[in-house]
Amino acid sequence: MSKYYLNYLDELESEAIFVLREVWAQFENPVILFSGGKDSIVITHLAKKAFYPAKIPFALMHVDTGHNFPETIKFRDDLVKDLGVKLIVGCVQKSIDQGRVAEEKGKNATRNTLQITTLLDAIEEHNVDCAIGGGRRDEEKARAKERFFSHRDDFGQWDPKNQRPELWNLFNGNHFQGEHFRAFPISNWTEMDVWNYVQREKIEIPTLYFAHERKVIWRNESWIPISEYLQLQETDEVVVKKIRFRTLGDITITGGIESEADTVEKIAMEVSAMRKTERGNRSDDKRSETAMEDRKRQGYF
Amino acid sequence: MLETNQLLRFTTAGSVDDGKSTLIGRLLYDSKSIFEDQLEAVETTSRRKGFDGVDLALFTDGLKDEREQGITIDVAYRYFTTPKRKFIIADTPGHIQYTRNMVTGASTANAAIILVDARNGVIEQTRRHSFIASLLHIPHLIVCINKMDLVDYDEKAYSRVIDQFEEFSSKMMVKDIRFIPISALNGDNVVNRSENMPWFQDAPLLHTLETMHISSDINKVDTRMPVQTVIRPQSEEFRDFRGFAGRIASGILRVGEEVLVLPSGFSSRIKEITTFEGSLDEAYAPMSVVVSLEDDIDISRGDMIVRSNNVPEMSQDVTLMLCWLHNNPAKPRAKYIIRHTTNEQRAVIKEIIHKININTLERNTEDKTLNMNDISKVKIRTTRPLMIDSYRDNRATGSVILIDESTNETVAAGMII
Repeated sequence: MSKYYLNYLDELESEAIFVLREVWAQFENPVILFSGGKDSIVITHLAKKAFYPAKIPFALMHVDTGHNFPETIKFRDDLVKDLGVKLIVGCVQKSIDQGRVAEEKGKNATRNTLQITTLLDAIEEHNVDCAIGGGRRDEEKARAKERFFSHRDDFGQWDPKNQRPELWNLFNGNHFQGEHFRAFPISNWTEMDVWNYVQREKIEIPTLYFAHERKVIWRNESWIPISEYLQLQETDEVVVKKIRFRTLGDITITGGIESEADTVEKIAMEVSAMRKTERGNRSDDKRSETAMEDRKRQGYF
Repeated sequence: MLETNQLLRFTTAGSVDDGKSTLIGRLLYDSKSIFEDQLEAVETTSRRKGFDGVDLALFTDGLKDEREQGITIDVAYRYFTTPKRKFIIADTPGHIQYTRNMVTGASTANAAIILVDARNGVIEQTRRHSFIASLLHIPHLIVCINKMDLVDYDEKAYSRVIDQFEEFSSKMMVKDIRFIPISALNGDNVVNRSENMPWFQDAPLLHTLETMHISSDINKVDTRMPVQTVIRPQSEEFRDFRGFAGRIASGILRVGEEVLVLPSGFSSRIKEITTFEGSLDEAYAPMSVVVSLEDDIDISRGDMIVRSNNVPEMSQDVTLMLCWLHNNPAKPRAKYIIRHTTNEQRAVIKEIIHKININTLERNTEDKTLNMNDISKVKIRTTRPLMIDSYRDNRATGSVILIDESTNETVAAGMII
């Protein structure tokens, strides 16, 4: 009987597919939160497998900070066309124009926190009762406590001290009108698992993940790309470096690392030797020891 | 990592000062799963707290309240990988709501590590943790006798725990128990073999975790596939396709084999096992697949596909060990939603047979309440029959949760007897 067992990647995949099908079965109107980053791309790939030969039954929802890498938007649009799914875009710029949120000021200003309002507004406007995310428990200490099915109250808030216990594979998505859930099918994956899976499945990812030459400045311990949204200081020195990004988010806060890795194989090798966490290059997480927990409580991804 | 590497899930239990966080910190640190920025953050905090060196326990700190109060509130999941296996740790708190949290962490675990302080030997909490591990049918139990450095690495402290353990573990149902003397603080027998305990000949903890046989932890005999959803592509290419999606809970499915669909009882043969990569001749637990049948049978979510000559029991009356998980006690005669595999029914608690004192393992037949952290034997009745196996034979088809209809919260977890 020894051949009847799954290796770790197959088991993680099977678990994620099970979770995606549970979401579909337990909710009326679920969407995939799509950022254009590798984790949401992997989620989309898993959804394709979970419902084959039918097409993905979820819309993709993108919260657009307005500060995008142009490559991400093109990648998103190509993927949506290829899959034949619906795309919902929530615009942070629109939330600012409507006076729902106010832009941060100063050199480290970002639109990171502002996304929360836009996300919750989009969830409400489109009657979404479950938003599927690519969050992983290995990413950050507050995320280590996340459930596969994570309840949000009618203000979209997460209460980490009062979560529903989650036993075996019995997920409780029961909820009242106005509340919603976040579902995290790849909770148990690590960054390394994601890269090994991208490599094995030959999943297409944005070119930004591969080493390329780019104009950057050194800020908050990482290489921040030059863009029209970045406020340069007099002391900032613009240089050209061969870099790649470990995570993709708002262009103003996503830092790159120096790298020569220009294939998925080389990236996977680089990641396995990496000595810093991937979110170590995200200035949004460096604001305080509990920056992620504070944002998550309010309704962040 | 190799293609053949497996995934092992384990849970850790110990009382407050048994050094559980230090052990997890040690495993992560010595297996090089701690990143520089995490180490820097912990070093800074260790210095601020006046700690000499690195306080390994800080690696498992999570939420704001936990950092402030220095305690763990909820189950946290940790990950590490070695060249042999990927590991998921369900790190459960030692005190607050220990039963609820340990039951949660134990429900998916292949192995449990139970920590015993070498100075104190087996204490009440050790019995409690071992009982829960046995109740949740964790296949492998590893008892780590910790703080051996504080008893001069004396073999007697280790032998004493084994003797004490065997005295009470005879009543429990654990297939595989091992004992390892360690010092989490100094790293003896955690990742590296201890030079301080030459009398201990067996493998250190990590090597044990890397090599223990787990392929048989899932039942491969009784074929059960609970249906999650029906796949109907409605495209030109797959016009007549009707497949049943689910994760095989146990056993093996083969194309051409005769199957029974429950609860309807109609039989058919497996026509195709479909995956994105192509069709399969056979599929086994815990694979997620889509199955189509030769005959056009009405099947929906909550139904179960089984092999014709090996069927689960169909019953509306179910006896189970129930662990109450919620602050609000059970309401007499109240109806709850019961979730069993992908099936959802309503249920009422008919009778509380006895409550187990988890410290003494004695039965209390007088107390008829169900409060948070209580473990009781109860009888329930459901609105429609469930397709059940005993939890001992089949974790996936022997487990249920109860949901309170008025709050939607998960209030209890049950293991079918």
